[in-house]
Amino acid sequence: MSVATSEARPAAEAKPAKKKRGPEHRPGLNRWLPYLLLAPAVLAELLIHIVPMFVGIWMSFVKLTKFYIANWSAAPSAGLNNYKVALDFNNAVGEGLLKSFGVTVAFSLITVGLSWVFGMAAAVALQPQFRGRSLVRTLFLVPYALPAYAGILTWNFMLQRDTGVVNHVLVDNLHLTSDRPFWLIGGNALVSLITVATWKLWTFAFLTLMAGLQSIPRDVYEAAAVDGAGNLRQWRNITLPSLRPVNLVLVLVLFLWTFSDFNTPYVLFGTAQPPAGDLITFHIYNASFLTWNFGTGAAMSVLLLIFLMIVTGAYLLITGRRSRRG
Amino acid sequence: MRLRSLVAAAAVTALGISLAACGGSDSGDSSDGGSGGDQTLTYWASNQGTSLDNDKEVLTPVLQKFTQDTGIKVNLEVIGWNDLQTRIQTAITSGQAPDVVNIGNTWAASLQATDAFLPFDGDAMSAIGGKDKFVPTALATGGKEGTDPTSVPLYGLAYGLYYNKAMFAAAGLQPPKTWEEMVTDAQKLTNPAKKQWGMALAAGSYTENVHFAFINAAQNKADWFNSDGKPTFTGDGNVQGVLRYLDLMQKDKVANPSNAQYDNGTKSVNDFATKKVAMVINQNNADSSIVANGMKAGEYGVVPFPAPAGGEQVASHVAGINLSVFKNTKHKDAALKFVKYMTDATTQTTLGKPFSSLPVLKDAKPVFTTDATEAATFADVYNTKSKPLPLVPAEDQFESTVGKAMNTMFAKIATGGTVTADDVKAALKTAEDQVAASS
Repeated sequence: MSVATSEARPAAEAKPAKKKRGPEHRPGLNRWLPYLLLAPAVLAELLIHIVPMFVGIWMSFVKLTKFYIANWSAAPSAGLNNYKVALDFNNAVGEGLLKSFGVTVAFSLITVGLSWVFGMAAAVALQPQFRGRSLVRTLFLVPYALPAYAGILTWNFMLQRDTGVVNHVLVDNLHLTSDRPFWLIGGNALVSLITVATWKLWTFAFLTLMAGLQSIPRDVYEAAAVDGAGNLRQWRNITLPSLRPVNLVLVLVLFLWTFSDFNTPYVLFGTAQPPAGDLITFHIYNASFLTWNFGTGAAMSVLLLIFLMIVTGAYLLITGRRSRRG
Repeated sequence: MRLRSLVAAAAVTALGISLAACGGSDSGDSSDGGSGGDQTLTYWASNQGTSLDNDKEVLTPVLQKFTQDTGIKVNLEVIGWNDLQTRIQTAITSGQAPDVVNIGNTWAASLQATDAFLPFDGDAMSAIGGKDKFVPTALATGGKEGTDPTSVPLYGLAYGLYYNKAMFAAAGLQPPKTWEEMVTDAQKLTNPAKKQWGMALAAGSYTENVHFAFINAAQNKADWFNSDGKPTFTGDGNVQGVLRYLDLMQKDKVANPSNAQYDNGTKSVNDFATKKVAMVINQNNADSSIVANGMKAGEYGVVPFPAPAGGEQVASHVAGINLSVFKNTKHKDAALKFVKYMTDATTQTTLGKPFSSLPVLKDAKPVFTTDATEAATFADVYNTKSKPLPLVPAEDQFESTVGKAMNTMFAKIATGGTVTADDVKAALKTAEDQVAASS
């Protein structure tokens, strides 16, 4: 979709300019050219996103259980039944979904917050020139460059109770506790999940904010320094407002990514996921694939989409109003 | 305005990705069964040997012999257990299926319900050599009772209690005959200070856990489904059976709490093979792993997994791997010939040793071990002391919901919590509701 939007504008602006040059020269092609150029992107978008999305919405209204997956066009309509099951919070399925939703909200808020703070701190710290700066920058990008699976699997090894390096350091070397804590089951699972997700995500925040910082003119800082503003003041009154547009996009994208994160819990916990690490996309996957009930799973996905759309809409409305006022 | 559209574009893209990811899961591989009159079967084998490559090595000469005999080529793919069920689901949904496939026999009734598999009716059954050649209890796992099965047994497996002979001798103990003796022995052999435990449990594996929920409840004469196929998880026998198994870690303290993270049976078997634990309950295919980890054949013994005194003598479920033919195969006759060949006495003997499996044929002798007592024990368990898992379409849901509930309860125990009979009952009630909601 981003491709489609950004291409649409230059194409539309180019139209009158071309007309001036020679309307008599193959007017038909000129008229259709923008659409022609857009066609591959639109087609790909349809195939990859829009069609599966509508299939998902259709699935949420049918009784697509194991009795019908071999011939799913014959699956009977379920009306709103799948939604009723998913939203009946007195029932085991609805209750599970609600709990998972709560875990996901907590996980997303904390992960986005931490990622942003780390990303901002690192970007600001690496702003001034010093020897070895590019080396440190490269090092910071490692989690982002590493294939997600390899990175998370390494964390899985590190977080094992008896053989993991985390417990080796905490218990054997530092003697912080006498009992070896579990990191991948029980309550600590959420802590592990947030740690791994933040490790994976913060470099993206760092990269984006660093790029944003490059566009702030140096002389503004110099002028502020002459006026006696300290580092913190400079950050609050120059850096933060200048990065506002970047932050708006960054926080939203980080939130949407974390909220629908599947890889991290899937690779970190495998088939033995603990309730404290039961993120919503993983929960939906289990609800549909382990119990072969794709209708209810699809209904949960649609509910997730609606929720994220509401959050995004509200976010755009609020931030948009503020920027107009400012 | 510019900023807003940028933010909106980014948001829409991210949203789209999240939903599209939920929508489809086609693996997109085309496993076409050859073109035109060329007879090539596609065969999905499960992981039975020590690795996927090992399976390939073992099966290739067997399949070559089939090609020599019949002129039918077989295109082999070995699939790990983590992927097999999803791959089969995808194959059913997309219609892009192999011709012949291995299934865990406990999935048989669930897969039968999809109507994607060829029923072995009178004709098909006689084409593969008749139903009388199979062990009746093994064939009974092929599908719902009273229907034409959609799968036939290929490799038979059963649980047994493996014990370390040297450790038992040093403590002056005899192998246990009842559950109570097993616990007492295990307690005597547990010494956490020396990092030695009486037993190892795959307490983080929902598939292993659910088997023990089933066996322990069966020892209490309790069933998981009534005759209408409705779940009856919260009966007293079910609750007490589950609790008895959990208590090995909780009350009896004969298993290392770390076992709560063991998400497959291989990990507990490795603890036994490396002599960290005195006992492990596993299916007979543990033999190859035990020997691969350095233990010699005479160093361990096997007895049936014991029931409590006065309980029902159920020591295992009828475990194993079945063969199914996809209904939409273009090579039905060739596929049936292949099934006949794989369940033939010669092939069974050839594969029985490398895969440590029990024969599924009447009158066949187990060949997976040279230890005659061990072979006799497993054959006895398989033929007389095992009960099939519930043969109902919701069996797969029983496995995932009850198994995962047990994972969670083991995790609670391992992290210092307490699980009472009421907690077990509440957890099983939730599992029962989940199964009821999706049937």
